[in-house]
Formats: sequence, C-alpha cells, structure tokens
Amino acid sequence: MANMSTSYLGKPTSRVDGRAKVTGAAKYAAEHNVSGLAYGFVVTSAIAKGRILRIHTTDALSVPGMLDVFTHDHRPKLAASAEKYGDEVAPPGSPFRPLYDDRIRFSGQPVALVVAEELETARFAASLIRVDYEQQQHVTDFEAHHGRARVVSENGESQSHKRGNAAKAFSQAPVRIEVEYRIPVEHHNPMEMFGATAVWEDDDRITVYNKTQGPQNCRNYVANVFGMAQDAVRILSPYVGGGFGSGLRPQYELPLAVLAARALRRSVQVALTRQQMFTIGYRAANIQSLALAAERDGKLASFRHQWVGMTSQFENFQRNYVTWSSLLYKCDNVELVQKLVKLDQNTPCDMRAPGGAEGLFAIECATDELAYAAGLDPLTLRLSNYSDKDQIEDKPYSSKELRECYRQGAEKFGWSKRNPQPRSMKDGNELVGWGMATGIWEAMQMKASAKAVLTANGSVEISSATADIGPGTYTMMTQLAADMLGVPIEHVTAKLGDSALPDAPVEGGSFTTSSVGCAIQAACREVQKELLRLAQRIPRSPLAGAKLEDVTLAEDGIRHKSKNVEVSLADAMRAGNIDRIEKEASAEPNEKSKYSHYTHSAVFAEIKVDEQIGVVRVTRIVNAVAAGRILNPKLAASQILGAVVGGIGMALHEETLTDNRFGRFMTHNLADYHVPVNADVHAIDVIFVNEKDDEINPLGVKGVGEIGIVGTAAAIANAVYHATGKRVRDLPITIDKLLRP
Amino acid sequence: MMVTLHVNGVANKLTLAPWTTLLDTLRIHLGLTGTKKGCDHGQCGACTVLVDGRRINSCLTLAVMKDGAQITTIEGLAKDGALHPIQRAFIDHDAFQCGYCTPGQICSAVGLIAEGRAHTADEVRELMSGNICRCGAYPNILAAIEQVISQKSAAPPRDGGP
Repeated sequence: MANMSTSYLGKPTSRVDGRAKVTGAAKYAAEHNVSGLAYGFVVTSAIAKGRILRIHTTDALSVPGMLDVFTHDHRPKLAASAEKYGDEVAPPGSPFRPLYDDRIRFSGQPVALVVAEELETARFAASLIRVDYEQQQHVTDFEAHHGRARVVSENGESQSHKRGNAAKAFSQAPVRIEVEYRIPVEHHNPMEMFGATAVWEDDDRITVYNKTQGPQNCRNYVANVFGMAQDAVRILSPYVGGGFGSGLRPQYELPLAVLAARALRRSVQVALTRQQMFTIGYRAANIQSLALAAERDGKLASFRHQWVGMTSQFENFQRNYVTWSSLLYKCDNVELVQKLVKLDQNTPCDMRAPGGAEGLFAIECATDELAYAAGLDPLTLRLSNYSDKDQIEDKPYSSKELRECYRQGAEKFGWSKRNPQPRSMKDGNELVGWGMATGIWEAMQMKASAKAVLTANGSVEISSATADIGPGTYTMMTQLAADMLGVPIEHVTAKLGDSALPDAPVEGGSFTTSSVGCAIQAACREVQKELLRLAQRIPRSPLAGAKLEDVTLAEDGIRHKSKNVEVSLADAMRAGNIDRIEKEASAEPNEKSKYSHYTHSAVFAEIKVDEQIGVVRVTRIVNAVAAGRILNPKLAASQILGAVVGGIGMALHEETLTDNRFGRFMTHNLADYHVPVNADVHAIDVIFVNEKDDEINPLGVKGVGEIGIVGTAAAIANAVYHATGKRVRDLPITIDKLLRP
Repeated sequence: MMVTLHVNGVANKLTLAPWTTLLDTLRIHLGLTGTKKGCDHGQCGACTVLVDGRRINSCLTLAVMKDGAQITTIEGLAKDGALHPIQRAFIDHDAFQCGYCTPGQICSAVGLIAEGRAHTADEVRELMSGNICRCGAYPNILAAIEQVISQKSAAPPRDGGP
C-alpha cells in the first residue's frame, strides 16, 4: 500500500457531479427556497466619496409586503473593530464594514438593504429609496494619478528585488528595448451572482447557503462580525457557479443576509444583480514599464520591470507581478519594483492567476520585442536564457519540464514553419500571425484536513471543507479515495462546501488538489492501517505479520500482495466489533524544502485579422503544460481550455471603464463588459508534458487552475504583432487600436 | 393575475403579479431552480428555456405572456431517469465546469438542434453564442452538440420530446 495503485489516478474520469449539473438538480446559494423566506435587495451608493446625510425610507416602507429597510443607522449590532472584518485572504489594511457607518468609500458601496415578502416587492421598493449625501472630491482616475504610486512594504516585505547593476548593464548592451504595457480593470463575472440564503434557526445560531470559495473563511467572518461562536455558524456551498477569485473573500451579500435574518428572526435571501457584481473586487488596472537589454546573441544583460497598480484607500492589495522573469530567464543585472496608488475604489481582489496573468503578459511581450530587436526567433531567445535556478530564492526547481513544453508545443503548432517577418503570412484577405509566450505559476500547498469513512459493506465517504467552484474537486476527492481504499468510484461519496467538515483552505491558487488531495491520501492511509490492524486481530489471521506495504485494498477486502490470502472487510471489522472505520488526517507543505516549486507552460497562438475590419480571431492555440502528475486528464484539460478562453478575453475583450466624473465603473453589464462567447473560441490543443516530481508532495501534483491563462494574452498579442506589424501594448486589443494609423 | 403555465407536462395555475418574469416564476413560484439567473437582462443566456419548442430568454419574458404555453425546463429533459442525449453528451465531453450556465446551454442546444440550422462547427458556435460560459467550456460544448447532431442525422428521428 505504500505505493498507491493507479486504478483511477491518471485516467480520464467524468465529473461525479455531472448528472446533478446537467439535470438542474444542483442547487446554488440563492436557490434554497426555505419556508418563510424573505427577500433582500441591496441599494448601493451613487457617489464615490463622502458621507450619508440621510436615507429616506418612508416611501419604500409604505409598499405593501415590505418588511424593513436596514441602513447604518437602523441595523442590529455589528462588530466595531475593523479587524473583525478581516478574513484569511484579506490584504493588509482595514477591511470594508458593510452598513457600518455613514462614510462612503467607493461608488457602489451598499448603503441599504430592502427586505420584503417577495423579491419583486423588494426590488421595486429599493427603487424608492433616496439618499442625501455630503459629497467629497473623489480620486478614481488611475491614468491621471499613477505617478503618485509608491512602494508599499507589508510585514517588511515588498515585492521588489535587485541584483547586479541593471542601469549600467543596460547602457552598455548592444540590443535594448524600453516598453510600457497597460492592463485595464477587469471583473471576474462568474455566471452565478453572489447570493446568500440565511436560514434563521434561533438567536444564537445561523446556517447560510452562500456562494463562496471558502466556507470556513465565511464562517469565521460571520462569527467575528456578529459576535457569535464559530460553531454556531454554518456555511454551506455545495455548488458554486464559478468564482475565479471573486469568492475568496466574503462578499457583502453574506453579512447583509445574516444581519436581516437576525433582525427579522426569519430566513432571508440576498442575491446581487449583475450590475452589483461590478461593485465587488476586480483585477486592478496596471501600467508595467520594462527595460530589457541583451548581447547580440540574445543573452540577457539587463532586466528592469516596474509594476504600478491601483488599490483602495483602505487596503493595500498587491500580488507578485514582477519576480517571474527571474524564475524563467538567467540574468545578472536585475531591478524589479512594484508600486501602488490609492484610489477611491473598492479593493481589488485575486482574479485568475493573480500576479502571474498580469506580469507574464508584460514580461512575455517584452521578451518578444527583445527577440525582434536582436533579430532572433522568440523561442530561440527564450531557450538561450533558460534558467535552471530560481534566482530570487537561489534554489533549484523540484522539477521544471519547461524545455519539453517548448519542444512539444512548438512541434504540435508547427512553429518551425513560421516566417518571422511581420505581415508575411496570409490566408486570403486575412493576415495571419503566430506568437508564443511562456507561462509560470507557483505550485503551492496549504495545510488541509480530510475525513475518510469506510463501512463494512464497502462504501466510502470522503469529506473536507473545501469548495468545488468548477475544477472538479468532488471528482478528485472521489478518485483518490476510491484508489486508496480499493473500491469502485460509484461506492464513494464526496462531501465538501460545508464549514462543519474537516478544515480546508479557500479554493484558489491551484492549490486544492495538492492541499486537500494530500489530506485525503493521509486520511485513507489511516483507514488502511486500522483495517490491517483489525485484520490481524482475527485468530490465525492470514495477514499476521504483514506490513502496510505488503497488502492492498480491494473491493472485497484486504489482500496480501505476494501471498494469495486475504481478509474480507466484514471479517476485519467484525474482529474489532465495528461496522465502520472513520479517520481524519491532515497534510501540510514541507516548509523546509530546498527547492522552488513551479508549474510551467508554453503557449502558441495563431490569429487571423482582416486589416480593413480589424477584428482579431484567435484561430488556434496550443498550450503545453508541465504541472507534475495529472490525476484526471479529462478534467485537467478542461481547466486549461477554460483558462485559455479567459486569456482570450483578457487579450481581446475584457475591460471595465471608469467614468471619473462620477468615480464609478460605467461598464457594468454583460453587454458592455465583453467576454468570449462560443464564436470567439476555435481550436485549443492542450498538451500535458510528462513531469515527475517526487519532492513537491506525496501525490506529485502541482495544480492546473491558473497556469492556462498565464502567457495566453501575451502569445495572442505577439501573434497580433506578427500578423500586422503593430504592437498594441494596452489590453484589450480592440478594433480601434488596430485601425489607428 | 391568473396564469396557466404547462411546465414539463404539468399544468400550473398561478396567481402572479403581472410584472413577474417567467424566470422568477419558475425559480421562486414553482421551485424549478434549474433555470438560472445570470444577468436578468437577456445578455447571458443562463435562463434559456424552451417555450412551445423554441429557445427563449425567460428573464426577458413575463409569465403572463406565456399563459397556456408549453414550457420545457432543464428539469423536464430527462425522461424516466434517462438523460436526454444532449445531457449525456455534456457529461461525456465535460462541457461544463461550475455548471451554472449549463441548464441554459443544454436548453439552447436542444432548441438549436430542433431549428435544424446548424450544419457546421462555425454555425454551431455562432448560434450558441447567446449563452455565455465564463468557465470557458466552449470547445467541449461544441463537441457535445456536434456529437448529438451527427447521431441524429445518422439515426431515424426520435418521437416526442423537444
């Protein structure tokens, strides 16, 4: 048993929750129509900065069927201290407190919750709420104010890094480029809007169906904000209609639903509108300046990268945007810096590969520009600077099959047939462009726990308080437990999305399989040990003296690997006078690892564009990924496909525009906020490069959620340059930018 | 107002405020939450249902406009526990991740096939573009629909069902 059998692992397996999702049986947060349910509708601030003078609620309250209007001066008690509103993924600062006081910190901030017997009544009554404000001058224009940005160090750490003398090396090198890239504000827009159904039980307890990527994170938040015991709060999120990072932190519908339920002593459901989905976190707008220099043979001489981004007035949100180049490319003279400017906006939040998606867009476009400046093939330039070492931490990699990603990706794509000259390739009236880029993402693991239950009749239940926002966590848990305990997957039930289950981190960062998967492995191993112990208690047990590694579990019992003997599950359990074995176990990362752990990819993109129309079509993508062991190639490929589609959106479609006169996002619906639709997506080939990593964790997995988007936008932008000879350095690459002379 | 909606073969007599959308009627008044609300503005397709065999956005439709109509939702596609071929194909091709747009995608695909207008991959892509999938499962959605279209053209037409 020490070596796990691979009867399910590594095999394409369909989603175990597939039937629930294709029949409409899967219930999401705002779909629990519990008895006596009241409906809340949120009213949001019309100004970006100032104070609420008065909220006029009389007209709203006079509508038949109305129950109450909650505001900062009419609400139950909430925690005063801002730190009570923190959460496990909150950035440093003082978190926003919904309906706490009269201060307006950003446009779209909730200022009232209208609650009625019916949803239509609440929505109508909300339109009758009038708010008097004392307005103050807001600052929301990132483009106008980015010059004020400064380096923000938190806990003694800034993301800045310096080695050698980058300025001097730059001035002395023969090939140089200085470029600036821009990424606008983007919104996650998962298809399910944030929703909470607070099921009122009594004054001391609450259960909430909530859309979240972390049920325990939300449980702790509610307990802290409402001064309740942790075990008096239960958050359920068995099905989550997408997150992409927006559901890592608790969103305001959660405290508002709980607040109303406690005040009205009845169950309340609050769901945001699509417009209100633009009032929560977002990917921060940023400007990235790069200065790269190389010798004539393409060897990097100097690499400077500055990232300037936006955050709110009350929290400093930043991720690692600039250090990625030091993981990919050998260079002795490096200067990397990140700066933030505070604006009167809500705090940004993690969105699909936060830090990596933004940083690698700029790094990989600049690398392409450098290759052209040096007269070298972009792939050749990358290979000649390939780094086998993490130059930030000065550590080797536990595994890095990026060379193989480049090789297999290039071969599948046909990169060798590329004419490097821009505007040289055509298909009828259309210009054809081929571009490529590298992707990288940190392979993380967090502490997590899981419980495994094996019954005498061979059924298994595996549980952990993680989430399944779409990657297939239910399926991963099921496959692992079936494999470890030797039962068919049909006999396994996986439970998640419940804060009362064994501890798990938020689902994000591509660390769920490494974290929860290793916990499942550990829990199942405890079950195996117990079963062997019991089997050996049978008088004259055929397994007497056998060690854990000598036996294997199968559907009918526990079997010796080399001798033809076994003990049935029923007999083993009878020996212990039990009918089930229940074991909980935890797994945590090896903090003392001598290695750096990263996932890599090589992305190749083909675009076609009719210059007279300017519409770019991404006709082909090949994404070759090295992510350690792939537990389920079918679902893992879907992860990459979906993230590539996200990358197409980032490259060509997605942009939230701000009306700075009012200090608010004016792109706030799915007609104006463009995302890829089916017609925008063509052939996407996913390759998983074989990568063995015994060091990273006992499962050898790195995770695949984020890596698919990293590098995709850069590969597309580089292909656009190859097709048209135009460098569009501000995303998204829209028609107007291509048509301008 | 009194309205009779025939939903998945069952007649429902309802008293509704005239401004109640078909979507909210299904989700709240009939408890059929398989039909999803993704924008409430006809921009995402998550609320797609079949009305008299045609796919529509139920969020842009008032329930009173469909008095007497035959409505099929995601809950009505499987017959006696047997999945509709499109539902089966969605699982086989992993044509979804979070599952929230899935009922709308499936109802839209059933409507599309009934329209008989999609003969090529590009036509399927174009005619399925009213249904947003933010997880980005489009290539698999396409594969699932193409499989069912090719099965249909190979086999004699089935009786009944949308």
